[in-house]
Order: sequence, then structure tokens, then C-alpha cells
Amino acid sequence: MSIEIRNVGKRFGDFVALDDVTLEVETGSLTALLGPSGSGKSTLLRIVAGLERPDAGSVALDGEDVTARAPQARGIGFVFQHYAAFKHMTVRKNVAFGLEIRRRPKAEVAERVDELLHLVQLHGLADRYPAQLSGGQRQRMALARALAVEPSVLLLDEPFGALDARVRKELRVWLRRLHDEQDVTTVIVTHDQEEAMDVADRIALIHEGRIQQIGEPRELYDAPANDFVMTFFGPVVRTEGGLVRPHDLELSLDERPGASEAMVARVVHLGFEVRVDLLDGNGRAFSTQLTRDEEAELELERGQIVFVSPRNGSVGTPGLGVGEELVQ
Amino acid sequence: MLPIAAVVWESRANGAAGFWSVVSDSQAVSALELSLVCALIVAGINAATGTIIAWVLVRDDFRGKSLVNAIIDLPFALPTIVAGLTLIALYGPRSPVGIDVTDTRTAIVLALLFVTLPFVVRTVQPVLLELDTEMEEAARSLGAGEGTVFRRIVLPNILPGILSGVALAFARAVGEIGALILISGNLPFKTQVASVFIFLHIQSGDTAGASAIAVVLLAISFAVLLVIGAIRYFATRHEHAR
Amino acid sequence: MHGRTLRRLSLRGFALFYLLAVLVGPVAIISWRTFDNGIGHVWSTLTDPATVHAFVLTLEITAIAVPINTVFGIAVGLAIVRRDFPLKGLLNAFIDLPLALSPVVVGLSLFLLYGRGGWLGDWFMRHGIQILFALPAMVLATIFVSLPFVAREVIPTLREIGDEQEQAAHTLGATGWQTFRRITLPAIRWAVIYGVVLTTARCLGEYGAVAIVSGRIEGQTMTATLTVEDHYDNFDLPGAYSISIVLALMAILVLIAMIFLRPEEATA
Repeated sequence: MSIEIRNVGKRFGDFVALDDVTLEVETGSLTALLGPSGSGKSTLLRIVAGLERPDAGSVALDGEDVTARAPQARGIGFVFQHYAAFKHMTVRKNVAFGLEIRRRPKAEVAERVDELLHLVQLHGLADRYPAQLSGGQRQRMALARALAVEPSVLLLDEPFGALDARVRKELRVWLRRLHDEQDVTTVIVTHDQEEAMDVADRIALIHEGRIQQIGEPRELYDAPANDFVMTFFGPVVRTEGGLVRPHDLELSLDERPGASEAMVARVVHLGFEVRVDLLDGNGRAFSTQLTRDEEAELELERGQIVFVSPRNGSVGTPGLGVGEELVQ
Repeated sequence: MLPIAAVVWESRANGAAGFWSVVSDSQAVSALELSLVCALIVAGINAATGTIIAWVLVRDDFRGKSLVNAIIDLPFALPTIVAGLTLIALYGPRSPVGIDVTDTRTAIVLALLFVTLPFVVRTVQPVLLELDTEMEEAARSLGAGEGTVFRRIVLPNILPGILSGVALAFARAVGEIGALILISGNLPFKTQVASVFIFLHIQSGDTAGASAIAVVLLAISFAVLLVIGAIRYFATRHEHAR
Repeated sequence: MHGRTLRRLSLRGFALFYLLAVLVGPVAIISWRTFDNGIGHVWSTLTDPATVHAFVLTLEITAIAVPINTVFGIAVGLAIVRRDFPLKGLLNAFIDLPLALSPVVVGLSLFLLYGRGGWLGDWFMRHGIQILFALPAMVLATIFVSLPFVAREVIPTLREIGDEQEQAAHTLGATGWQTFRRITLPAIRWAVIYGVVLTTARCLGEYGAVAIVSGRIEGQTMTATLTVEDHYDNFDLPGAYSISIVLALMAILVLIAMIFLRPEEATA
């Protein structure tokens, strides 16, 4: 099922959560709404689900306007950051909820629930209560619950935000596989650019209630539409001409045209890559990233003077002169 | 604890037969019955009104809400005899609204509703406040209508709160005297509740008779405490594990 | 959405109407009724020596009962939360008994215990100490009915703050008393004060238990609430209203104190 969001606006008091947002999500795709906290991405997802009403604009599912439709009637599945587990029901009852209120025959409900519990690998814990599960298990239960009613749209609001890093990576891979197996259009909200790039086909980067850029993960990384998009995908160094990523800075021991002088403050070996902390002529700190081989060739030492210039073909506005300030 | 033991001891003063003759005495039976029936009615009404008021205070928003929230505690702060008197002022012989309930069973129920009003509100309110609204949103996203959301999500979670509030209100209603003594008229067989029965029997010197009924009230109180303990246990059962 | 708004408004309307009919209406009307017979009667009732004595007695009883219950409440709270001893569960359950028990039964039990032929009554009588129909019994009755309030407020707060801070104080060399004074007490102080306010309200307003043990001796053991009944029984309704309005004003003061001290989670 495709989703068309047109000119949606939403305010909470004086705070503008969404400002004229237009976005199309293709049938069967996995789209990430990416942005810092408070950017409006969760509000947008909740509007698609019908949990919030937009002040302006419309939402359509498969071309049918559902802006005024209650969440009950939208045929969506929603997964919450804090799981929203029905804590007075067992895992089995939680997953069965959507089917039971649709008055499906008992045998069918039992069969479908068993199938889903196997899918999310919780079949051994079916009679436990949510309080007896770990965070990752609870979120898998919530996913099974949302999938039970066979929604054509699956919406996930920071689903892995409350989990630790290892579980988060595991579930990410698992969500991608689940999406590929089920016939469902998926939208995931996240503030983690690595998560978005890992799991999504398309990313919509949102900031201050506006969409900054929509595209495939590579497009956003390689051809950022503006400084915000660039800074959101990792550390950047501001040069006189614009922003550059640390690994797009080249170091040399010889002075060359367009390069600026800097002093090595520290060389940090991080396995495959090496981070070189530098001080520019004004005493401001910034960093570059080199491969181990590059660093070995230069034999950098603390206190050494080097010359810094952007590599050819680096992302961002190629500028001359380095070290205005470091932007994280 | 010693004073309590004294009552139980005194109730045996006339022997088991004496105890039964008092407890089964028709006036005593009718007083006990009246107390229990009124307390049950009041507990039932409180279950509904208390939940509604708590819901309005937590989920609704309107000007003056914090004032309304504060007023809920008035029955805890106001002497019960004053509570009874205020009801006489509004629903007594010179009622400005033309309703006179003095010396009727309606008066008893009304006075008990006044003094027990905060119990259910104050036990349900914090639970409702803590209740994760995402649970309700999740149920809606799964297709549940508002009635289903209340019945299957909200109610099971606030039920322990409602029940403990109802149990406290019931206990309070069974034992109440201050709010009733002026407005109920204390007519034997009609509007004389158990606590007033005990009170009048003490004043007429029949402490053994008073003690017999007091022991019944005591047993009810213990039963209520037990029930509240059980509710607490079952309500937190799923959260203890792990 | 429209249905939800309608339901919200009708629930609000019902809640407010119910509160008006059961609670606010009666309390509001009494302030008007009080002055039916003019301010003179109100003044003469309130300045009557018997009335003044009744209020003084009520305040005396409160002034004795509240500190005792405060110390008891904190001690029991600490014992239940921080210590382990046999029958702790039983104590925890019994703390609530005065909330669930009729004050008449409380009054009767004291009456029997300290009365003629009672287990303790005879002993005190032989030593010439008057308990029943005097201040001691009235104080005891008041203490009994208002026993749980401080403990009930203190227990959850103690549970919430945990004992890490206390342990830290111990490792820094603080004695048990120093730890209590400087760590525990400041942490539970609002709970204690809130409990004290509730206790005070109950002490000022107690009727049933005190009515039984006081003996209602005019000018000696009549408390404010008993005087209200007395005036009512003597068909002096305006007099009863006058004293009630003073008690109601005290209640409103208590209520205001409660609003400012209420634990955070209870405010919506």
C-alpha cells in the first residue's frame, strides 16, 4: 500500500512540529524518517497512523484520503518505542488481541499466533507476562502483535531506541528480513543515521519540521542537499569553502598549492583507521581520518607540521584552506 | 491491640448463647442489615462515580480543574458531624431545592456518599496517571473501538485501584457514625445503622449487647483489610517476576 | 473524533454535577444558612464559654495526639521499610485497621478496657487516676483513629528513596541518629508534614470514638464536634451551624495545606 503525505502541518501550541511536509512512500518499500529528536519525525508517523490529526494537509493510503479516519479503520500496524505492551496480558494474549477483537474463529487465532510467535522466536515464552521479558523480547512481541492483523502498512516509532547497541543491531537485520518476507510497506522512525542507512531503501531526513532531503541512503551521503544533511551523517570539518568529511582531507609533508598548515597534536590508532588530531594556525582543533597504510607512509609524530587539503572529488563544497572550526 | 481484645472478651460476657441472642435480635439484625446494604450501595455507586471523576481529573482538561481536584479531599478534612449538618442544610426540612431526605434511608446513602467520595477517586487517579497511553494507542491501531479499549485495556489496569478504593469506602461506610447521627433520625428498624445501635446501647449501659455487634463490625473490618491485601498481591503478581 | 469530544464533555458534566450535588452544594449552603438568624446569634454562640472551652479542649487533644502519632508513624514506617522482624507483615496490615474500623468500635473498646471492671480501668481507679470520661481516654481514642496517617505517607517515600544514601552516610562515619537527622528525615520531610496535616484534620473532626469515652460533661469533656450535636439536639440549628462553620473553615485551611503539600504523583 502506498502512502501519500501532502502539505501536512502540525503545531503544538507555539511549537511548529511539522511545516508543509510532502512525502510519498512506495508500495512495498522500507522508508526511514530520520532526524534529531524534536524534528517532527514521530509526529509525522503518528499522523500517518491517525494517532494525531494534522492541522493542515492530507494523508492518503493507496490514493484514498484517510485524513479524517480513526486509527482503528486504517489497517495499519504500529510499533512503539516503549513497546506499549499490554502488561496485564500474556505474550500470547498480546499477539492475539487484534485478531480477537475482529472476532476471528478461535482455531484460526491460535494458529496465526503460534505462527507469529515462531516468526519472532518467542514460542517458548508465550505464557509469560511482558514484565518477565527482556526489552528485545518485548519489542519482538510488539512486532508480532502489529503483524498479526496483516496490516498493509507497518509503522515503527524508534522501535529499537530503548535497547542496547548489540540487541539493536540484531533486531535491525531481523526487521529487514521480516520486511522482505512479508508483503508490507514499512516506515521506520529513527534518530540513528547508521540504523537508517543499514535498514532502509529510502531515507527522508527531517529537521525542524521540514524535510531536508529524500533519497536513497547513498544519495544523502554522497550528494547532501545542504549543510544540515551533511553534518547529520557523521563528523565534518568546516573549511573556508564549505564542509568536508574528515576522511576527505589529505595530509602531506610538503607544502602544496591550496593546502594549509597544521600541527599534529595526537595520532590515535583505531584498528583499520587512524585518527589524527590537528591544530590549525589559529590553535583550533580538528581531526582527519587516514587508513593505516597512509599513516605508516607519513610516519606522523606529535608536534610535526603537516599540510592539509581536501581530496579530489570529496563530498561537500571543495574549499581551500582548512581549519575554520570543527563541527561534530 | 489490647482495647480490641477487650471488646472480643466483653462480647463473650453473656456466653455464646448470649452473643447469638444479641446478634440475632431483630433490631440488631435490621441495623446490621441496613449498614451492610447501604454500604454495598454506596460502594457500588462509588465504583462508578469515583472512576468517572478520576478519569475526568486525569484525562480531561478545563479551567478550574485543579480546584476541583483539591475539593475532592474535602470529606477527609471536614469533621463528619459537620458533613452531616451540611447535608441537612441542603437536603433537610428547610431545603432551598425542595428536597427533604432527613430520617430516610436515602439520607443515609447520601451522607455515606459524601464521606466516602475521595476513596475511589484517590486510588484510581494515580493508576490512571501512570497508565501508559501508548497501550491504548496500540489497541486502537490494532482496530479496537473506544469501548473495547476501555473494557480490555484501561479497566483491567485500573481495576485493582477501583477495588481497593471500593473496599476502603465500604469499610468506612459500614462503620460511619458522625455523618449519620444527625440526618438519619436513628429510627429503629428503619434508619438505625449498626454503629448508631452500638452507640445507643453503650449509653443505655448494655455493653455486652454493644460488644456483640461491635465484634461483627470488627470481623467485617478484618475481612476488608484481608481483601485489600489480596488485591495488592494479585495486582502486582505479574510485576514481581524477574 | 466528534463522538470522543461528546463523551468527554458528558463525563465532565456528570462529574461536576455529582460533586456539586453531594459535596460542594451542601458545604456552600451552610455558610449562607448560618447567618439566617443574624450575625448576633453566631457571635453569641461562638463566644459562649462552653463553646470556647470545647474548642480549647479539641485543640488540646489535637496538640497531644498529633506529635505522638507523628513519632509513632515515623518509627513504624522505618521499622516496616528498613528492618526485618517476625510478624512484620502482620504489623503492616494492622496499621491500616483504624481506617477500616468503625470509630464506635474503637470508642467501645477503650470504654471497656478503662471502664469500671475493665482490665486496666480498675487498676487506674485504685490509683486515683481518671481515664474514662476525662482527657486521657479522649486523647487515646483520638490517637487510635488517626494512627495510620503519618505511617501511610512515610512508608512509600522511604521505599522510594532507598537506603543507599543512608549507607553512604554510615560509611562516612555517621551514627544511626546522625544519619536519621541529616539524611533520612530531610528526605521524608514532606511526607511527614502531609501525614501530620491529615492527622490533624482527623483529630479536630473526630466524633464517634470521642463521643463514647468523653461522657459529655458540660464545660469539661465536650469537644467542638460534640457541641455541634448538642446544639442540634436542643433545636438550636443556627448555633450548630455557627460552630460547624468554624470547623469547616479549619477544614478548608487543612485542605489548602494539603494542596501545597500533596505528593507530586497525586496532582493531575
